Amino acid sequence: MPESMLLAAATGVVAGALAVGLVVLLRRLVVASKELGTDAERATYETLHLASRAAKHLRGDMTEADAARAGRHLRSMLGADSLAIVMPGGLVAVDGDEVVRPVAERLAAEATATGRSQVQRRIALAPDTAETDAVAAPIRAGGRAVGAIVAFSAPVRAGLVRATGEVADWVAAQVELSELDASRAALAEAEVRALRAQISPHFIYNSLNAIASFINTDPAKARELVLEFADFTRYSFRRHGDFTTVAEELRSIDSYLRLERARFGERLQVTLQIAPEVLSTVVPFLSIQPLVENAVRHGLEGKEGGGRITITAEDQGAFAEITVEDDGVGIDPEVLADVLAGGTPGEHVGLRNVDARLRQVYGDEHGLVVETNVGSGTLVRMRVPKSQPGRTAASVDPAARPDGRLVP
Amino acid sequence: MNPVIGYAAIAAVALASALIGFYGLRVSRTTSDFYVASRTVRPWWNASAIGGEYLSAASFLGIAGLILLTGSDALWFPIGYTAGYLMLLLFVAAPLRRSGAYTIPDFTEARLESRWARRVTSLLVIVIGWFYIVPQLQGAALTVRITTGLPAWVGSVAVAVIVAVVVAAGGMRSITFVQAFQFWLKLTALAVPAFALLFVVGGGAPAELPPAQAFPPSAGPGDHDVYRTVSLMVALLLGTLGLPHVLVRFYTNPDGVAARRTTLIVLGLLSVFYLFPTVFGLLGRAFAPDLASTGEADALVLLLPGRLVPGVWGDLLTALVIGGAFAAFLSTSSGLVVSLAGVISQDLLGGSVRGFRIAAVASAAVPLVVALAMEPAGLAGSVGLVFAFTASTLCPVLLLGIWWRGLTARGAIAGMVTGAMLSGAAILGGAALSAAAPGIRPLLEQPAAWTVPIAVLVTVLVSRGDRRRVPRGVDAFLTRLHVPEREAG
Repeated sequence: MPESMLLAAATGVVAGALAVGLVVLLRRLVVASKELGTDAERATYETLHLASRAAKHLRGDMTEADAARAGRHLRSMLGADSLAIVMPGGLVAVDGDEVVRPVAERLAAEATATGRSQVQRRIALAPDTAETDAVAAPIRAGGRAVGAIVAFSAPVRAGLVRATGEVADWVAAQVELSELDASRAALAEAEVRALRAQISPHFIYNSLNAIASFINTDPAKARELVLEFADFTRYSFRRHGDFTTVAEELRSIDSYLRLERARFGERLQVTLQIAPEVLSTVVPFLSIQPLVENAVRHGLEGKEGGGRITITAEDQGAFAEITVEDDGVGIDPEVLADVLAGGTPGEHVGLRNVDARLRQVYGDEHGLVVETNVGSGTLVRMRVPKSQPGRTAASVDPAARPDGRLVP
Repeated sequence: MNPVIGYAAIAAVALASALIGFYGLRVSRTTSDFYVASRTVRPWWNASAIGGEYLSAASFLGIAGLILLTGSDALWFPIGYTAGYLMLLLFVAAPLRRSGAYTIPDFTEARLESRWARRVTSLLVIVIGWFYIVPQLQGAALTVRITTGLPAWVGSVAVAVIVAVVVAAGGMRSITFVQAFQFWLKLTALAVPAFALLFVVGGGAPAELPPAQAFPPSAGPGDHDVYRTVSLMVALLLGTLGLPHVLVRFYTNPDGVAARRTTLIVLGLLSVFYLFPTVFGLLGRAFAPDLASTGEADALVLLLPGRLVPGVWGDLLTALVIGGAFAAFLSTSSGLVVSLAGVISQDLLGGSVRGFRIAAVASAAVPLVVALAMEPAGLAGSVGLVFAFTASTLCPVLLLGIWWRGLTARGAIAGMVTGAMLSGAAILGGAALSAAAPGIRPLLEQPAAWTVPIAVLVTVLVSRGDRRRVPRGVDAFLTRLHVPEREAG
């Protein structure tokens, strides 16, 4: 009985795989038959197809392997025997016959120096092979020649010379685009850096005042608060690393709340619900503390009799959900929407910073979710993936690093 | 047997699991003290949780049943189940913890920089998880049939529904303490009856078979088919590395050092635990040889206390064992469903909360259908086959990914597909093939010893032939895996 069941299951799987294969094959055939147009159409398609495949490898940080892959497509586009892409810094990729390398480098140097296409005829590449012609076209990006395309063919006709020039210009456009990409990424990174929440002058002023009020009445407490202040600023002012762990962030929130409690006294109540599984989750540096600060400053400060802040961290399978809730005065949803959209700086700027950074790092679906209304408190929720293989939390645990160095 | 005991024990454990699942978060850490709230899980707790999730129906019922059926041969199973953690400790635990990747698909994607490698891995993880849940449901069916007299399918359906509802409703968050509790419950549920039985037997209860007949010297450990034993050990040792629900638990550790320490404790806990199924198996062979038939043998643990201890005490011990067995089905299945739902919802449903719920229901429903459709084989044996499949598919990629910089996405995919096809064919078509060619029967019944090397070989060869596609970030990634963190305070 089990054998027949298993056999049936196996047959089912094999049949399913075959059916899928058949469908894929049929689809290919249909798509292929659609492509068959006139010769000119097919030539256009062929060229654009090769160009788009080559473009993939020309963007980003080009390595020799990338240049070689792009070269293969460019060579079949030009119909040349061999093709070399020579980029600055000694990056040379040859597709076709490797013996052309020294000639290609020489011609490329000439083309980049003069800024014009170079054609050389009857080059003997090796003692016992037929002679070949070569054309080198400079790649001009940003007003200067940054490299060259060298095509080898026997013979080189005017058509190939023109086509090589066009290909070189097209490659230049790709290089410029990749520079644009790089500067766009750098800009985004700079934006994130600039958005990194800053310790508010308001808070420093209030904390120092609170500490001052204890110096005479309760010197021990004043000393403790100064140390908390030192811990908090040490964490907030650190320059190293854009990520931290939930545990470290909670530690900084603890320091922050102790300082605020010196001012609020019993009017500030805190509840924590922390699932230990999420403590090691990596989050952007200073992404939870601003939410707590927002709850204190805009939720509870204006409320008579103070209130309660509830911080929860939950394990949700592949995600960690962190919420900060206060039962304070709440925010007008329209004002909040305006703030999160980037208008009216000042109020709730901490929320906007965190929201923008979360979106920048994890994508738009991971922005802050805020539930609030006037008079009914505020709940801010963030959801971050637990799995972040590319990111390491920089640690500033002084006990772990006695030399005070910051180690990623 | 008195069915009331069965009903009561099953209901109590099901209710307790659901309640702890829903309210566990509140019990675990609600405090306004930051220092207490942000203490990470200690390795002891985490090790207990891993044990709780790992000890499945196969360990709780299957091993004793297999010893009853095949004698000392079956002792290799507990050895393999435990020693798998040694491999995990030596080769995988700390580097994987440092990688920051949360699941095996995340790891392959980050290591190989390839979406396709991720998809293939995800698919394998899902298949493995499904087939690992099936024996749990079959164990539940057996338990319900033996102890209450209800039709067998009631047990499978009940476990699948409870797990799906609890997981989909979000009841398995902060799961560490729940699973840790389950481990100690399972240990108690076997240890107390085992000691009680030993006392009774020591008091002079007559054995139905004299020991020399129960364990004939001719079937001693020296007499085993070497190939089968080696192959089984390869499957169990390497299969543990790829089990999805086990690896996730290591991320609760704050660093690689704690991950290693946890694994060490797990080894100790499992070693202690496996003493007791073994005791049950040995006693069963001497005192209840009539149970030794396929399909019934797995019920040995449930029936033995009632047979040897008369009266109320026997009933109480039986209730304890039934409770422990249900704890085993529920904890392992829910751990698996949580990790599977995570993988499915992330890869197919965009990672939303709703997607997670749908995925949780699907992760419980598919194994239920399979469990109802398939005739139950021995529990320990079917789990052994899942281990063989895991060892032939995920293990080569995991080990080579951590320890060999030359691995490429194509190599990994080729290796995984080869391993899956070979071991899958051996497991599914083995019965039909060995009927045609009886000579290769052992090769098909225990395929790991040849499928794992072939999968590794294919992975290495294809990667070698594809050397230009070694991922760019490989050096940085491997550095991160292997450079230890500074000793945390």
